[in-house]
Amino acid sequence: MSVNLTINGKKVNVPKGTTVLDAAKQAGIFIPTFCHDPEFPRFGACRICVVDIPGMRNLPASCVTEVTEGMEVYTESPAVVEARKTILELLLANHPKDCLTCERNGDCRLQDYAFQYGVKESPFEGEKKNHPLDDSNPYIVRDPNKCILCGRCVSTCNAIPERSVIDFGYRGFNTKIVTGMDLPLAESDCVYCGRCVAVCPVGALTWKPLAGKGRVWEMEKEEVTCTFCDSGCKFNLLKKQGKTIGVVPKSTAVGRPLCLKGRLGLQLKYMDEPALPFIKKDGVFSQVSWAEALNIEEVLAKILKMNNSNEK
Amino acid sequence: MKSLAEVRAKMGEEYKQKFTRARVVVGLGTCGIAAGGDKVMKALQAIVAGRVLDIDVDFTSCIGMCYAEPTVEVALPGEASVIYGDVNPENVIRLIDEHVIGKKPVEDMAILQIVENGAKAYEGITLMEDYDFYKMQVRTVTSRLGRTNPESIVDYIATGGYEGLEKILSGMTQQQVIDEIKTSGLRGRGGGGFPTGMKWQFTHNSPGDKKYIVCNADEGDPGAFMDRSVLEGDPHSVLEGMIIAGYAIGADEGYIYVRAEYPLAIHRLNLAIAQAEEIGMLGENILDTGFNFKLRIKAGAGAFVCGEETALLTSIEGNRGMPRVRPPFPAVKGLWEKPTNLNNVETYANVPFIIRKGGEWYASMGTEKSKGSKVFCLTGKIKNTGLVEVPMGISVRDIIYKVGGGIQDDKKFKAVQAGGPSGGCLPEEKLDLPVDYDSLNAAGAIMGSGGLVVMDETTCMVDVARFFLNFTQAESCGKCTPCREGTKRMLETLTRICEGTGKPEDIETLERMGRVITKTALCGLGQTCANPILSTMRYFKDEYLAHINDKRCPAGACTELLTFVIDKEKCNGCGKCARSCPAGAITGEKKMPHEIDITKCIKCGACLAGCKFDAIYKA
Ligand SMILES: Cc1cc2nc3c(=O)[nH]c(=O)nc-3n(C[C@H](O)[C@H](O)[C@H](O)COP(=O)(O)O)c2cc1C
Ligand code: SF4
Ligand code: SF4
Ligand code: SF4
Ligand code: FES
Repeated sequence: MSVNLTINGKKVNVPKGTTVLDAAKQAGIFIPTFCHDPEFPRFGACRICVVDIPGMRNLPASCVTEVTEGMEVYTESPAVVEARKTILELLLANHPKDCLTCERNGDCRLQDYAFQYGVKESPFEGEKKNHPLDDSNPYIVRDPNKCILCGRCVSTCNAIPERSVIDFGYRGFNTKIVTGMDLPLAESDCVYCGRCVAVCPVGALTWKPLAGKGRVWEMEKEEVTCTFCDSGCKFNLLKKQGKTIGVVPKSTAVGRPLCLKGRLGLQLKYMDEPALPFIKKDGVFSQVSWAEALNIEEVLAKILKMNNSNEK
Repeated sequence: MKSLAEVRAKMGEEYKQKFTRARVVVGLGTCGIAAGGDKVMKALQAIVAGRVLDIDVDFTSCIGMCYAEPTVEVALPGEASVIYGDVNPENVIRLIDEHVIGKKPVEDMAILQIVENGAKAYEGITLMEDYDFYKMQVRTVTSRLGRTNPESIVDYIATGGYEGLEKILSGMTQQQVIDEIKTSGLRGRGGGGFPTGMKWQFTHNSPGDKKYIVCNADEGDPGAFMDRSVLEGDPHSVLEGMIIAGYAIGADEGYIYVRAEYPLAIHRLNLAIAQAEEIGMLGENILDTGFNFKLRIKAGAGAFVCGEETALLTSIEGNRGMPRVRPPFPAVKGLWEKPTNLNNVETYANVPFIIRKGGEWYASMGTEKSKGSKVFCLTGKIKNTGLVEVPMGISVRDIIYKVGGGIQDDKKFKAVQAGGPSGGCLPEEKLDLPVDYDSLNAAGAIMGSGGLVVMDETTCMVDVARFFLNFTQAESCGKCTPCREGTKRMLETLTRICEGTGKPEDIETLERMGRVITKTALCGLGQTCANPILSTMRYFKDEYLAHINDKRCPAGACTELLTFVIDKEKCNGCGKCARSCPAGAITGEKKMPHEIDITKCIKCGACLAGCKFDAIYKA
């Protein structure tokens, strides 16, 4: 069954059950989103994607509203623009303004939309959240002050059954993404797979090993598939001036655990100057040999032994 | 089908026995206990045991007159029941000596008398139906409150309990039950006022072999206690309503979500569930009809947002109580994705009465679109604070002045806040509005769960808006941006206005924020959080302007904007003010008018409270 509707006056025909957001996308009309994740739809939290649908009481979120026959949608009506600007102002009022040195500068949705809607400053002066930076571990830096609480990291982490390391904590203005007992990541059950980093739309979650190594527009990406197990997770090699400077997980699709071992293995394989890895031993991180990190000491020993005996 | 006849006959006999002895009954709802009802109870028990008197000492729940707690009822066989107020462990002895033993009611402590079952009335004591507080009330949902022992299934069954359930199980189809509720015109008492029959129909029609019934007993509104009173006073009526709903929609399991801060309600519900199971009204094969229904209690941790239906279901499922996107509605995908019917405590409590007496009977009360009666909590600056049940359509003025007895200390009425944090404030000129869902909505307030907070001339309306915003911003679940960030900024703006640093553009900012948050928030909490601001700006804009432009609080409530002034004419220089001022801001010669140094004044008000000559005032 298909449904006919108009978006900004443009006729669109989409299958029943399509969301307004997807219908707009098919019609080539852009609607901003923060929390929407095609892998985990229907969260509907950030409200930046609201649209105007005459006859509806409020401005519904396009990512969770299904199209209906004859629906009229306006994605940039004055009410929508006012709402989006206000939401952006509210987010900026509670956000550090250090874009210049932020790892995500140039690759940040908050920055993009602020530019698009001409929001330079926030008219709201008041309390700002002031959480400590969490760089307790060698892989992921968490800056809760840059977090816009879109919840994508939570959904993606919880999608791997035995993980579920993070969730929303506290209430109201104090709401924060937390680990169990609100511990630093290093003391939690986090396995540093980086699913959360891969989906974060702003600079709240960044890669520690990549810190200061480059801007997004300086880097080329090359997709590789991990072959360590049969999940077939996709990774991007990040290259700057012909050198591979990092390996980051790409899609967080269902069934892709994106483990640390896979990423480390790919780093060893592809990076020009891979730094020694860290693993957690008895609860503390220590730098170890590649063989130990990849848990292949025995295999390696055997290979070496066989190589030696073959050579004889 | 098995009949309840035998149980009913047996319990009826047991119940009648009660009235063959002198009875003294203490009101032990949470409010009664807080006022010292349990101490009165202990004193009574000690007297009766000490003197070996043949008196039945019993307890009940709150009869509604919270203003007169602790209340005690005394009844002699064949005579009217007399309700006494403000009883304490010292004066309770008079009730025994004079009324029980001396057979003469204690007139100076008596509030009213209830004449039932051919009993004899006393002279000189007001009848309940003539007593102002009750004159305009109709007691349906509250009919057992303060009248029966809520921990006794005997009392429940002897007063018509479980007749509704028996009636539907002895031949009504699911559809007939739903139709009866539709005929009654009952609308949800949890706030939204959605037609209950229609909701049941949706859940009934939703495909699925497993369905749930959920009772929303979260009651998070500040100043509201009607659900608690019903749970504490008549827990079986809620169970019966839920079982009937379960039959009607095809559910075999139900949950009651009660806030953990209601331990007495939870205790009485647990007792009621065990009693109902024992006589076979709950559990497997109810009355041998093959209908199974089991009930569990889930204690919520007291987050306001957990009253929102999807957050409540998420919480029962064991997750953080954050609202989910609707649709799908719970009727289609609710608890564990199964069709679920969720109603409020008062909504379910109405059901057994409707089934017993018929939908037509219920629909004969109220207005065209709001049927029946509604329980309200009267609080604030009103003489008779308490729980009242009035027919829909009565005017707000009648509730406040006739039922509530008017404003405390004969001050001037200023506004009434209806509907809790999602509601709004109504000014004097809206007092003649009939109480029904649609009129209140149109005036910018809501029925909500039924809290009515009365405010007098000493209340500052900007401060009231700030109070509610403080509540919602602390209770926002934090999931959606407009509510989480927006309530904080609105609160900060209101605070600045109250402190005298508001700017003219704040009015426009508040209006815009209200507009955007209302239209974009994910759940009802955010969608309504601006109502207290918008309604006070609608009716009391001049107060906002006075704060912003003249740095003045017309009600004299915002401390930062006050100055304390000494009236030179009235001051005779006694010096009491100077001695009571902790900041040393008052000086003056003996017998000469004193002066306040406003730079030193910390606005504590000690001088004003101390002056015997009314020479100090706030300006
Ligand atoms: C923030 C919020 C809090 C709520 N709190 C309650 C509550 O404490 N009790 C209640 O019955 N309904 C509450 N509601 C309304 C419920 O979501 C729901 O509409 C109601 O329980 C449905 O029952 P009814 O149809 O019998 O009214 C609340 C709604 C919101 C948005
Ligand atoms: S997260 Fe985005 S908006 Fe925030 S500082 Fe970084 S670049 Fe700027
Ligand atoms: S850390 Fe990033 S992904 Fe997670 S909630 Fe914050 S902004 Fe969203
Ligand atoms: S409106 Fe408030 S309470 Fe409701 S989902 Fe949004 S943040 Fe949570
Ligand atoms: S993208 Fe739609 S609500 Fe966040």
